Amino acid sequence: MVLGNGASSSSLNMKSGEDKVNSNKNLSVLVVDDDPLIRMLHDMHLKKFGLNPQVVEDGKKAVDLFRIGASFDLILMDKEMPVMNGVEATKELRDMGINSMIVGVTSRGLEIEMQDFMESGLDFCFEKPLTPDMITFLLNELNKKNDDDNND
Amino acid sequence: MERNPLRRQLQMMRKSFFDQGYLDDQFVQLEELQDEANPNFVEEVVTLYYRDSSRLILSIEQALERKPFDFNKLDAYMHQFKGSSSSIGAKKVKAESTLFREYCKSGNKEGCMRCFQQLKKEYATLRKKLEAYFQLARQAGPMETACRPK
Repeated sequence: MVLGNGASSSSLNMKSGEDKVNSNKNLSVLVVDDDPLIRMLHDMHLKKFGLNPQVVEDGKKAVDLFRIGASFDLILMDKEMPVMNGVEATKELRDMGINSMIVGVTSRGLEIEMQDFMESGLDFCFEKPLTPDMITFLLNELNKKNDDDNND
Repeated sequence: MERNPLRRQLQMMRKSFFDQGYLDDQFVQLEELQDEANPNFVEEVVTLYYRDSSRLILSIEQALERKPFDFNKLDAYMHQFKGSSSSIGAKKVKAESTLFREYCKSGNKEGCMRCFQQLKKEYATLRKKLEAYFQLARQAGPMETACRPK
């Protein structure tokens, strides 16, 4: 994973812990993973950044949430899940016109597999596990995206 | 330098896990998530890991006894197991999982079975070590500052 030009971690660390937490309170995050251990870890990682993620265990539950009108700024999508996997769920969400940031988080690090996953409509794809640096990068990208959306 | 002898013992125990290759940096990531609001986070995660992965171990054991041997299924189980083990930083367990998957890919039944025995040993050893560690941590009481030796 390569950090974008704007994401310099040293400048981001200059924000006080509280600032970091407060500025993220308005962002909504959905974690989609069938592994309860991963759900617990990702939830905790995100909470450290002042986020309060919703957590579901398969792709279908994620899609259903959007169908009933929920929306999220960021979706962390596992690839391998029962009922509906990450590839199917991402395709479904994009077909529904959802343009939230969808980030694949997969334990399969093979480039070809990440490529397949990217092609389903992801914005980024990382190998598990999630780290604070990755979250910092994503939040940065989200803020950029929201700025762009506001300037349209 | 830690004055409290129990704390010192705890630190030495922890250091040995890394020095002897039982745990890797992923465990440190877990520790960094622990704080006053979640003082037992690491233990909770490890407990969850052993609870969930024991089901996988059982499934793998059953699959190893089935005829004909289903390498794909075994590989799928082990992939999941490896992922969880990685998440808690279980370095030796993870290494055995990787080896097991290699044997699956090359269709080596003997290799799988041997490797699985070794994996179970590492899995059990780590469990004992971590149980002792958490027990000692409870006896030593809460830490004031987190100073982690590297």
